[in-house]
Parts: sequence; structure tokens; C-alpha cells
Amino acid sequence: MSMNYEFIPLLPLVSFLILGLFGHWIKNSAHLVAVPAVLVSWLLSLLVFFDVANGHQTSFPLYTWLTSGMLDIHIGFSIDRLTAVMLLLVTTVSSLVHIYTIGYMRGDPGYARFFSYIALFTFSMLMLVMADNLLQLFVFWEAVGLCSYLLIGHWYDRPTACAAATKAFIVNRVGDFGFMLGLLLVWYSFGSLDYQEMFPRAHESAGDVMNVLGPFGGTWDVSVLTLICLLLFTGAIGKSAQVPLHVWLPDAMEGPTPISALIHAATMVTAGVFMVARLAPLYNLSPTAMTVVAITGGATMVVGATIALTQTDIKRVVAYSTVSQLGYMIMACGLGAYASGMYHLLTHGAFKALLFLGCGSVIIALHHEQDMQRMGGLKDKLPVTYWTFVIGSLALAGFPLTSGFFSKDDLLISAWSAGPLGQFLTILGLVTALMTAFYSFRLVFVTFWGPSHVDPHHAGHIHESPKTMTLPLIILAMLSIATGYLGIPEFLGPMFDTHPGGAAHEGGVGISIMAVATAMGLIGIAGAYYVYVLHPTLPDRFARQWQSLYRASLNKWYVDEAYDRVIVRPTFYAATELWKRVDVNVVDGAVNGVARAIAWGGWLLRLMQSGQAQHYALGMALGVVVLVTMFLFL
Amino acid sequence: MTSSFPWLSLILVLFVALDFVLFYVFWEAMLIPMYLLIGVWGGPNRLYAAIKFFLYTLAGSVLLLVAILVLYFYGGHTFDILALSQGTYPASLQMWLFLAFFAAFAVKVPMFPFHTWLPDAHVEAPTAGSVILASILLKMGTYGFLRFSLPMLPDASLSFTPLMVALSIIAIIYGAYMALAQVDLKKLIAYSSVSHMGFVTLGLFVLNQQGIEGAVLQMVNHGITTGGLFLCVGIIYERTHSRLIADNVGLATPMPQYATLLVIFALSSLGLPGTNSFVGEFLVLVGTFLWSKVATALASLGIILAATYLLWMIQRVVFGVPSPHHLPKLSDLNQRELATLVPLVVLVFWIGLYPNPLVSRMHQSVTNTIASMSRAKVAPTASPSAEETTESLLVGSREPLTAQGSSR
Repeated sequence: MSMNYEFIPLLPLVSFLILGLFGHWIKNSAHLVAVPAVLVSWLLSLLVFFDVANGHQTSFPLYTWLTSGMLDIHIGFSIDRLTAVMLLLVTTVSSLVHIYTIGYMRGDPGYARFFSYIALFTFSMLMLVMADNLLQLFVFWEAVGLCSYLLIGHWYDRPTACAAATKAFIVNRVGDFGFMLGLLLVWYSFGSLDYQEMFPRAHESAGDVMNVLGPFGGTWDVSVLTLICLLLFTGAIGKSAQVPLHVWLPDAMEGPTPISALIHAATMVTAGVFMVARLAPLYNLSPTAMTVVAITGGATMVVGATIALTQTDIKRVVAYSTVSQLGYMIMACGLGAYASGMYHLLTHGAFKALLFLGCGSVIIALHHEQDMQRMGGLKDKLPVTYWTFVIGSLALAGFPLTSGFFSKDDLLISAWSAGPLGQFLTILGLVTALMTAFYSFRLVFVTFWGPSHVDPHHAGHIHESPKTMTLPLIILAMLSIATGYLGIPEFLGPMFDTHPGGAAHEGGVGISIMAVATAMGLIGIAGAYYVYVLHPTLPDRFARQWQSLYRASLNKWYVDEAYDRVIVRPTFYAATELWKRVDVNVVDGAVNGVARAIAWGGWLLRLMQSGQAQHYALGMALGVVVLVTMFLFL
Repeated sequence: MTSSFPWLSLILVLFVALDFVLFYVFWEAMLIPMYLLIGVWGGPNRLYAAIKFFLYTLAGSVLLLVAILVLYFYGGHTFDILALSQGTYPASLQMWLFLAFFAAFAVKVPMFPFHTWLPDAHVEAPTAGSVILASILLKMGTYGFLRFSLPMLPDASLSFTPLMVALSIIAIIYGAYMALAQVDLKKLIAYSSVSHMGFVTLGLFVLNQQGIEGAVLQMVNHGITTGGLFLCVGIIYERTHSRLIADNVGLATPMPQYATLLVIFALSSLGLPGTNSFVGEFLVLVGTFLWSKVATALASLGIILAATYLLWMIQRVVFGVPSPHHLPKLSDLNQRELATLVPLVVLVFWIGLYPNPLVSRMHQSVTNTIASMSRAKVAPTASPSAEETTESLLVGSREPLTAQGSSR
């Protein structure tokens, strides 16, 4: 079956161009352009998915982007199972978010602009997952970062939004710095950036080492592949908000909620996971890099969850939960369980988008209130939002028979079978699962149950969101369950040489882990019920009792403050001092000094030109004396 | 001001001249219109800036004249640039000639630490002057390195490579740091020029095809992008009569078109993929990587810093709430302004998305330059090690070992 793959990204691109150029004429009809385009993209992706499932994989170039000497880069597509899954995820969530936006952003002065940005994002993300070489991946990797920047700063008259946008871009740039160097090292070592050519050559040169201290006169041989994998992973740390570059993601919640769902939960932030899975043949060759990846993921998983426990902004709770869940996925990849990581990525995409859009529905109903302490008792007023939110939270908590249950268990079982490190991380993962269930149901109970703390101003006219918003919620709620039954691990399994979980699935270990994970989820939910519904005074008592811990979690372990003190402020201070002291005084001072020295020399010489004959006569006489003296005595 | 513009077309002669005297005459002639543009139509401190610009660049050029005369006598009594490029000169002489060329070209580029005339000149120059200065005048220096230093003085170029690379990297990082500290839009962009031109000299002196092609492309890109940025500053200066960031805030609300274009130029300037500068910087980094990995890592730091100073500028200028004091004056772009900016935007994306037609046209001349560098013209007095280095350049032993057959 011949496919027109080009149209999948092309349609969102066209819709971006139309809305970008003519947006101020189209204004409030922008969705008439954007929604059909992305829906057709979705249909085509669905076709591709079935096509690939039938065993049809392909890869072909579109055009030559750049040639120079040995460098030869083209833009092209590579369609395989991994791509097909990502295509489906991106276009599905994007379509639903497009529809949701019609209701959420209605009346916003930037309505058309917003649609043009999400169309551009959809295009970039599709090109990213369809890339057949590393440079194309990088180009669109940064392009999705740009979209994220623009969308976080959508409400540009809010200073916090602008600061968050800048922060997101710069933090990602720090990661991309490593990505760029990794990319160059790939080209240098393997002579190509095409996946097809990179991987076989990587196999051939698996044993190569490089002396990284060579330029400084030392000796420290490091495997080239390890270096490549670690550098590229730096990019993933930035994009997928892993410790220590996770700080941008929670701030990114300043953007409109549909964006938090699409970009900062379901698709863009998963690009790092996708990249590691895509480059699995490289990572598999470097156990050191894999260990680093797994530990980074594990650390992120725990850190994200501990912070989510105490946040009171509903979007931030969900954002930190995203950080934590991304940690799970990265950890799985680091342990070689790529298929499990991707599986969790997919189910997470569904239920996390649902949770964010649910938050959005609550926020709109309460006139842009995001503090959960000023909510409560909303479950009867927002029934659709409430029930879909509960389904999303159940999936996040890993409640049996939801998609999160299947993917998280699959992930943990695979992790367990990956050796001692895997077993340690599995235990951490189980503890985190407890926290996850606790904070997600804390969110549900505080927001929807109990007495109302809503501003009495708005309390009277809270009503359910329009159909354009509830319909995506309902569809995502169904997907949050259904994605667990699609057999994604089996579909993706052949992509990656082995599926380490395979053996353990059958054994007793698998069942025990599943049982423990489920128990953790149920205990977490029960704990949240006990604390927030039965004994609402307990949280304050806990907070007082463990004040320092509580404060550390509330203040996100002070990472932002540390960066501000150690990096941001010293940099600006150094820049200003360097400018004033060195550039103005020393470098430019030397230039002006030379000019002044010449002027002073001229002034000195001018003294001799007094214009008075007796001065000149005196000079001559002195000259004669000097000459005679020299003649007589030397 | 228009009377100065015919003079500026003189620069075309400079870039096509194949006669050294002709080149030198127009090299110096360029100073006159620029001097007048700054000195007559400039800002409050225009005389200082104009004289500084004139004397500084003139001082460097004097040594260029001496070098040209020396080449005349050593190179067979001719001023023909092509003939001189074929000539062979003793290694020690090459060193002196290189330094003389360097004095002229490095001031013009400007390379660190000869850059301080640039912020002054930019700040005082009228918009048109700034655009010409940044987009064209600075390229005279890098063009000089490419046209004269590399082919005529290959041994000296090789020996000076570490120094040139070091100065380029200092320029990239130092210029970016300076830009970070600025409160004046024009100074910010002027220092960013220092940083960006650092990429050009870096690419030239890593002496390989990717580096040199990247450098040439980056010369073009810098002309487009920085020209666009200076035009944008000029447009806002016409409205608010201030170049200070603090006076021009929140422009997105009253001037959406302006804000869009300014953001596009800023993104191009910070090397976002899909825009022109990414292609140039990427090629330069590829070239540098073949020369030294540490140098590449340091140069890449400049890209993080570029994102920082440009986005911070955007955050303050474009976003936020405009001051009510200036609001009535902030009308969006008129047709004349659109007509000047839109072609630049088209170029930004064209080069960014499909650079190959442009870059592939450079292949032949860059190959020739590299070949002419590696021809055996090492004088008998030269040390054998220099010859060896030249040889290794020719063979390309620093190229990736497995790179053969990578094309598809």
C-alpha cells in the first residue's frame, strides 16, 4: 500500500502558515482551518499505524538539506513501529487539544495566534518523530522547544509567563548544548548522521576509546560510544525535564492549559524518552551510559513525586507528577526496557492529557483560579469533569484494569529483571507509586470533595464546561483505559532486540510485583482518603510536625534558589563587572590611552615650536655644546 | 544622508577587485562615507565615535599597504591578486606579512581585543549607518582573511591557527558576556556582532571545507540577521527616540507585526534551527570539531549565552506591558518598513530551510582555496614540521576515518 506520508506533517504546516499570515483576518474562525487539518493528519496516522502493523516499514529522503565536504545531510522520513506509535499519540492528543481549545480559548485576543502555534508544534513534533537522521531530529527538537517557548509566553502581558518562557528555552538550550556536541561526535566517529548508517558503524566501533583529557595533557580513556550516549542524553535531560534540568517544566504551567496537556505532558516532553528509544542500538552498546540514564530517571521519579505531595496549585501538582512519570520512562529505557518505557509513554500521554484538560475545565469554571485550597465540593457542579478526572487519577495511580496499571506494572516487572540496579530502582518505583496514588487522590479529594472554599463571588455560577471541552475529556477518559489493552509492548517488542520483561511476566516475581504495585496504589488512595476526607485537620498537623521536610518539598528542594544564587546571578554580575571594569577600562582604555599618548607627545613636541628666535638659538647652542663634548671626550 | 549612499556602492568594487592597488584604494575609500554617516548624522557623541572609527581602522590599514608593497617586490612585481596567490614566500616573511594583514583585518572584523570601536560607532551611527556597518563593512575584514591571508600566506596561517582560534573563541564568549550586560539595544546588538563574527573567524581558521563554507555563509547570515535587528532598533527609535531597553517595553501589544519580526530576527541570531544562522554555525562547529573538540565545546557555550541575552532582551522589549507615556507613539510597521524587513525574513527562512543551493555554490572556490593552501610552497627555510602539517591537511587525516561513502 502506498502512503502519502508527507501529508501528515504538511497539513498542520499549511494550517500554521495560513493562520500565521492571515490570522488577524481569520480571528475567531481559526479553528475552522486548524481542526480539519489536524483531524486529517490523525486519520492518515491511523492508516500508517495499520500499514506498519502489517509489516510495511520504509525510509526515504525528501530533499538534500546541506552538503559540505564529507558532510551530507538530507531531510527524510523513517517510518517504523516506534514512529507509528508516536504518530498516533501526537495526532490523537493534538486533535483533542485542538477541539478543546475552541472552548477553552474562546474570546481570547490571541485565538488565531494560539491555533497557529499549536499547528506549528504539531508539525514540528511530527517531523521529529518521523526523522530518519539525527540532525533532523535535532532541528525539530529545537523547533518544538520554540513552540513551547511561544506558547508558555502566550499571555505575554504576564511577567511570570514571560519569565517562564525564557527559562524554559534557556534550560533546554543547556541540554541541547550537550546534544549538539554528541551529534558532532556521532558524525565524527561514524561519518554519518543517518540512523540506517549510524547503527551498523556503531557496532563496528563499539570498542573505540577516546582520551578526553588529551587536550589538557592527561590521560582518561573513555569509550566513544559512552561519550556520545551521555552527550545526547544531556539533551534528553533538558527536554524530558529530568533532574537536574527539571526546573523549567513546572514553570511552564504559566501557559494556557491546553498547551500544558499537549506539549508539557503528552508529547514534547516525551521527546527525550523517544530519542533514547530511537537510539537504542547506540545505548545498548554502552552499559555505563545506560546506568547513568537509569539512575537519572530513578532520581527524577522520586524527586518529582516528593514535590508533588505538597504543591497547592493544581496544575503544578500534575506538572510534578509529569516529571515523576517521565522519570519512570527514562529509567525503563536506561534498564533496557525500551518497549515498556514507550508503553508507559503512550498510556501516560492519554491519562496525563486528560488530567491537564480536566484541570483546565476546573480553572475555567472558577474563573482562572488554580489554588486547590480555594476549591472543594465541585463534584456535583462539574460532573463530567469530575468523573473523567477520577478516571485519569485512577490510571495515574495504577488502579487495576486502567491503562496506567498495565503499563506501570509492565515497566516495573521489566525493571526488576534487569539486574541489581534494576531491582533497587524497582523498589524506588514502588515507593514512588505509593506517593503517586497519594498525591493524585489528594488532588481529587481537595478539589472535588468536601466543603467549598470557592470565592463566594464565583460560587454561584459554576457550571460545566461546553461540549467542545467535555467531549475531549470523555474521549481521553476512554483512551486512558483502552490504551492498556492495545498490546503495545508486543507491537513494539520486535523494534528492540529483547524485551527483558518477557521472562519475568510468566514467573511468580511478576505476579508479586504486580500485587505490591497494586497494593501501593490502593494504600495511597486510602491514605489520601483518610487524611483529606476523614481527618481534614491532619495535613496541617503533619506540616507542623515535619516542618523542614514540608518546607523543602513545598519549595521544590530549593533547586531554583540554588541555580539563581550559583549560576544566574553570578553570570549577570560577572557580565556587568567584566563590561565596566575590563571592556570599558582596560580594552577600550588602552585604545583611548594610545590616542591620549599621541596627543600628549604632540603637545610635548609643540613646546619646542615656540616661534621665538632666541629659543631656537639656545637650542642650536646647546646642540653645539653636546657635539663638541662628544667629539672631545669620546 | 542620501548623498553618502552612492559612495557606499564602492564596496562592491572592493569585493570584486583582483588587483591589490584597486582593492586597497576602495578599502580606504570605504572609510569616507562611513565617517560622514556617523560624523554628520550621528547621535550626540558622534564626533568621538567617527574619529575613533576612522583612526582605528586607518591605523590598521597602513600596515596592509606596507604588506602589499612587500608582496609586490617578492611576488614578481605584480599587484595581480591571483598571481600573488600562486607565489611562494619565505616562512619568516609570511609571519610578518600575516601580522600586517592581521592588523588591518582584525580591526575591521573586529576581533577581540580590537572591538571597542564597534559599540561606539554603532551607538552613534544612524540606523542606515549601523546596518551598513554591521552587514557589509565588518565582512571586509573576514573577506580579507579569506582572500589574502589564507591563500598567500599558508604557512603563517597554519602557524597562527591556534592563536586565531583562541581569539575567535574569546570573541564568541566575551562578546556574549558583554551583550548580557547591556541596557542599550544598539550596544547589545553590537556586542552580539562581536560574538557572531567570532564564529566567522573561527570557521575560517580551522582550515577545512566545512569551517570555511560555514564562515562564508555566516558572513551572509550575519548581514541578514544583524541588519534586520538594527533596522528593528531604528524603527523603534524613530517612535520613542530612545534606544534603551527600559524605555521600550511591551511592544507586542501595540506593535504586533513589529514584535513578530523582531522575534524572528532574534531567534535567527541565536541560531535556532530552521533559520539561516543555524546552518552557518552548524557548519562552523562541524569544521571546528575536526580541528579540536575542546574548542568546539567552548564555542558552543556561545550559543547558550546567545539564547540568554537575546531572549532576555525579547522578554523585556517585546513582552510585558507598554509604558503609557510612549503608547500613543507606538504605531505598527508602515509599508516602507515592512518592505525593508520582509525580504530579510524571507532570506532568514530560505537559507535556514534549504541552504544547499547557496552552500553548494561555494564548494568549488573553497576547495580551490584549500588546495592552494596545501600546494607545496613551503620555502626551503621553512621547518619540515610546517610542511608535514600542510601535508596532513591535504590528505585530510583529521577527517573522520569512516567518512568515505557516507553520501547517499
